[in-house]
This record gives sequence, structure tokens and C-alpha cells, in this order.
Amino acid sequence: MSSYHLDHLQYLETEAIHVMREVAGEFERPALLFSGGKDSICLLRLAEKAFRPAEIPMPFLNVETGHEFPELIEFRDRRAKELGAKLIVRTVEDGVAKGFVTPKPGVVSRNQLQTPVLLNAIEEFQFDCCIGGARRDEEKARAKERFFSFRDAFGQWDPKNQRPEIWNLYNGRLNQGENMRVFPLSNWTEMDVWEYIKKEQLEVPNIYFSHERECFRRGGQWLPMPPEHADTTKPDPYDGARVKPNEDRRKLIVRVRTIADMISTGMIESRADSVDDIIGEVAAARVTERGSRADDKASEAAMEDRKKAGYF
Amino acid sequence: MTQKTNHPIELLRFNTCGSVDDGKSTLIGRLLYDSKNIMEDQIEALERSADITGGGQINLANLTDGLRAEREQGITIDVAYRYFATPRRKFIVADTPGHVQYTRNMVTGASTANLSVVLVDARQGVIEQTRRHTFIAATLGIPHIVFAINKMDLVDWSEDRFLEIREEIESFLPRLDIFRDVKFIPISALNGDNVVEPSKHTPWYPGPSLLYHLETVHIASDWAMTGLRFPVQWVNRPNNPTDPKLHDFRGLSGQIACGIVKQGDGVVVLPSGLRSTVKEIWTYDGPQQEAFCPQSITLVLEHDLDISRGDMIVGQDHFPGVGSEFQARVCWMNPKPLAPGRKYLLKHTSNTVQAIVSGVNGRVDMSTCELKPANELALNDIGDIRLKTAKPLVVDAYRKNRLTGSFILIEQGTNHTLGAGMLESPAHKFRFENEEFSI
Repeated sequence: MSSYHLDHLQYLETEAIHVMREVAGEFERPALLFSGGKDSICLLRLAEKAFRPAEIPMPFLNVETGHEFPELIEFRDRRAKELGAKLIVRTVEDGVAKGFVTPKPGVVSRNQLQTPVLLNAIEEFQFDCCIGGARRDEEKARAKERFFSFRDAFGQWDPKNQRPEIWNLYNGRLNQGENMRVFPLSNWTEMDVWEYIKKEQLEVPNIYFSHERECFRRGGQWLPMPPEHADTTKPDPYDGARVKPNEDRRKLIVRVRTIADMISTGMIESRADSVDDIIGEVAAARVTERGSRADDKASEAAMEDRKKAGYF
Repeated sequence: MTQKTNHPIELLRFNTCGSVDDGKSTLIGRLLYDSKNIMEDQIEALERSADITGGGQINLANLTDGLRAEREQGITIDVAYRYFATPRRKFIVADTPGHVQYTRNMVTGASTANLSVVLVDARQGVIEQTRRHTFIAATLGIPHIVFAINKMDLVDWSEDRFLEIREEIESFLPRLDIFRDVKFIPISALNGDNVVEPSKHTPWYPGPSLLYHLETVHIASDWAMTGLRFPVQWVNRPNNPTDPKLHDFRGLSGQIACGIVKQGDGVVVLPSGLRSTVKEIWTYDGPQQEAFCPQSITLVLEHDLDISRGDMIVGQDHFPGVGSEFQARVCWMNPKPLAPGRKYLLKHTSNTVQAIVSGVNGRVDMSTCELKPANELALNDIGDIRLKTAKPLVVDAYRKNRLTGSFILIEQGTNHTLGAGMLESPAHKFRFENEEFSI
């Protein structure tokens, strides 16, 4: 008798495909948030598995802070093209120009400014659902997320008033102006993501692999040196994020473990130059993935506060 | 972390339940900590918060109580999911709170679990919460249950006390008559006794530690494999004008909710009763000869039938029930009571229909686990109701299949999820009329 049995990756995969098809079945205008990072790379493969041989029935959406790693942008654009998907990009800079985004004086990170840009894009295209690659194992506030995470007309998450999510029966019903965030990778861990990348032989941007890079030390992390300020007729977008004379500056062999933008991504010293090496590194890791994210260190409730305001 | 690249292959989902101070979060913190699944920055964060609120002592519960209000009030207000792995297995833990008013969270956390861990405070013994949580686990059809008798250090590791509690639990278990296996383990979550490593305080206890049990309990046969159930989620029509092969492709995408399907199998589409044959099992990884529950696949049938989201494809035997009148057990999760005459939206598999409550048969009394007369169901009540749906549904009894026997009720207007329902055996199984002519 043959064995009808799924291993843990196959189980996580079929669960995620089911979630994606529920989105296609229940929403009028969904979008898929694709940054080019490792989690959203898995989302793309799951979308292929859920919807092929048809087209993936939703455009890709990305919000740029303007501080992105160029390698990531190149990868993102190329993958969208290869999959024949429409890619929509909205930027913090554009939001500032149009006036719906107001930077805080003295704060160089644009991480929090992504939220109003995302909400604006949702309104512009009338998206009723955004599929994202967030995982519950990333952070304590995310551990309480649903697969289908309801956002009110202001894009806000209310952790005390979430819809109960029972069995695999997701309630995707919305009123006008409301919106759903859907997270097919909810039950995946960092290790699962890399094992899936290995199993599916998925291409990832080369900044995940070790390379030589000039870095500087700030806040207990090695941050990448931002690109040169080329167009001096405009203000420097990296003003405040550039190395100061008293800061340690070195050429190191590094890679990224998690990608935000160049201002909030700590580089880790690593010789891992293959997916197998990375899996070994994750298995031996002594700090969590988001330990290298400056944006989460603000306070123990940093993520909770951003999510309530409508962050991904 | 002890995990190597030859990763474990099985995934066990379990939930923890108990009343407010039974130490659930501490237990999960202990499991993560002792199995070396906690990272240095998490320990640092714990130490930082210990200095502020804990008088310098690390509080393992802070690992799981993620929201600010919870840390301040020392309670868990929503289901939190945790992930850890040992060389044997991967685990998904639903940490479900013990407050009376949060039964809905326990139902949520338990609905996808293979196993429930019910915590009992050794000093207090069995309380109403213990019965309630055990009853909910049984109602939701969780096959495996563990009673972790916690805080054994506070009763001097008394075997007599342990046996007393065990007997009390065993006296009400037969009425539930559902669990495939039941374990009792004496532990101290705070100190780690019998959580990961066996305790030297319990020489009288010959059984496994909690983690060892979680790693070894047999779960391979937890999925239902009798009679194909394939709810159609999405119709796959490429409409590709340039590729003639894809131009006429019409696939039915979904996740198998029960059983096995093979290429060439005869199938029936319900509720219409149309017959066809499986021409192809399409997947991204190539065509498959067969597929099984809970795989996600795309079926191509020989005939171009009118099939859409909400239809169910089944095999030629073990037919499900088809009808629009149902009996069900419901967990009510909303302050507005469920009452006869109320109309709701009902979501069952990939189908959402209008439904009306035609009657309430009674409410379960948690202290006796028996049905008592009632006219309505209030928040956190569990009771039996009768329902009528505007369109026929294709269903199984919940105890036969969790996926085709379950539904949720949604309030029109607010779109809130109000309750979780489990169907009784349907009154009418599907059968062909004029059977002799249609074969």
C-alpha cells in the first residue's frame, strides 16, 4: 500500500496555495506585495502553483522608500517580467511630493513612511486585498496575526478585535473602503523559507550571499555604505545615514539575512555563499532574523505600533 | 540550536489551554527555552523587561505574551502561534487564553490542532475551566489530548494528589468518548520538570516528558481518506489566444478535503449530480497519476460541465449528504446572541450562502457536559441548533470530516465572524434518481 503522507514543507505549501486560491475566489481586486525579498520570492512560486497554467490573477505591488539596494530593484523588475505580471511601484518620495506623506524632522529612516504610501496605493487602485509575505515567527506581535487580517477604512489593525479564524474557513467579506491583508506564509519559519527556496531551486538576489562590502558601525550593527550622492542639485536622500568621522568603517565579507532598505538593514558577517550554507547558518543562529532590523529595535512594542497604523 | 539540516519530516500542531494562572505561557516559554529554540536577542529582551517589571527575574511568559497590554496586565488576550523544531519534528503551537470570555480564541486555536495540552493547577485540581477546555477539545474532534498537571512543586510532588486529579478527569472523559489517546503528565513549567527532560522529583511517574510525547505521538493517520471530497475553489481558465492547448484548458482548482483521486476515476459533481471522469490531475510540478488529502491540485474533467466555485467533486461511492436543512453544534463567539429566526451568512468549504436559524435545541451545561433546554446561545455558549440554507450544501458529519463538516456564521452588514459550527450527520445522503437508467 502506498503512503499518503505530506512532509512539513508539502503541508505548508498546500495550506498556502489554498489561502491564495481563496483570495482569487473571494476578492475583486487583489494585489500581491512583491519586494524581491526571500519571503515574497516564495509567494511568487506559490502563486504559480496556485494559478498556473492561467495568468497570476493579480498585479504585484511594491512600496519603495528610495533607499533600496539596487540589486533588489533589478531582481524585482526582472522577476515580474519573467512571470508576465504587472508590477506597480509607488514611492515615499512621490508621496512626499504629493503631500500625503510627511517626514518627521530629523528622522532619516523612511520605513514608517511606507505605510501611508501603501494605503494610498490601495485607494488609487481600489485594491480590496493585499497578499503579503509576513510570517508569524518573525516577531511577537505578528504571532497574533490571522491569515486573513482585516483592516478598517483607515488601514488599521486592531489586535483586540480580530475575526476568529476557525479551521480553514477564512472570512473575506468587506464593506466599501475596508481591506484585507492576507499572509499565506503565516505558519512558515525562516528555516522553512530557505528549505523551500532550496527545494524549489528559487533564485534569490545576490545580496543574500556573502560578498565584500564597505560598511560602517552604528547602533551595534554593520550598516552598508549608501551610494554616492550623485545629483548634488537635489538634497542628499541619505543625509543622516552617511558614515560619521567617529564611526568605524570597514570592508567586510557580509550578507543580508533580512532585507529592509539600506538604512535599516544590518549586514551580517558571513561566508555563506550558497543556499545550503545559509540553511546551516540559520540552524546555528543565535539571534533571531529581525535582530538585524534596526526598525524593530525602537521598543519592545515597535512592530505592534506600526501594524496598528497599517504597516504590512 | 540543536537542529541539523536533515530536518524532521512531520509537523505536529497543538494548542495549550488552561485557566488564567495555570502557567500556559510559562510552559510554552519553557518548551522553547529548554529545547534551545530561543535566541540571544529574545533572551536579552526578556532580561531587559525583567529589570523593569520582574524585579530582576526572567519571566518566561514574556516570550509569548506579545502585545503590550498583555505584558502590562500579565494576561494573554488572543491566540498566539509559536514555532519550534526538534530533530524529530516541527511544531506549531497555538497558545490559547484561559479567560471565560475568550472561549472563541480557544476554539480558533484548537480547530487546526492535532493535539491539545490542557493545563491543570495541581493545587486547584479540576475546575470548570478544565471541563470546558476538555469539552471544547472533544467537540472540535481533536484526536490526542494531554493533561499536564502543573505546579507539582507546590504540592510537594505528591503522587497521591496527581492520581486524585487523574481520577477526577477520567471520571468525565467517557462521556466525551472521542480522544484516540489520553496522557497525564506531572510537571512544573516554572522549573522545567518533565517538560523536556524527565524530572528527578517524580520517581513514581514512569511516562515520557511532555516534549518526548509530542515528538513521538502517532499522527500519520489523522487525515480522512475515505471517499473523495474536492471543493472547487477557483476555475482555472487561461483563455490563452496564442497557445491552442491552453485556449480550451478548463481546470478546477482546490484542496482535497478527503480521500484520494486518480486519473481516469469516475466522479460526480454536486449538488448538480452530473457525472464525468478525471482526464488529468494538473499541477505546476507536472501531471500526477493520483492525489490525496490535503493536497492542492487542479482537476481537468473529460466533459465541459458547468462547474464553479462552491461545487464539490466527489467519488462514486461514500456519497456525502446534500440538503438545505441541518442540525449542528455551534460555538457562539459574539455578544449578540444566536436566536431562532435570525439570518446569517454561512460559509462552508468554498461556498457562502444565506442561512436562517430554525430552532435552538439546547445549550451545553459545562459542569455536566449535558444539553439543557435553551432558547438562544450567548457569547461563549456551545449548543445545538437547526438551520435552513437558501441553497443546498454538500456536507459530511463533522466527526467524519472536519473540513466538509464545519462552517462559520457571518453577520451581514458588519461581516463579523459570529460562530463556528459542526454538522451532525446529514438527513439525506446524495443518491441518483432513476439509478438504473443513469448507469
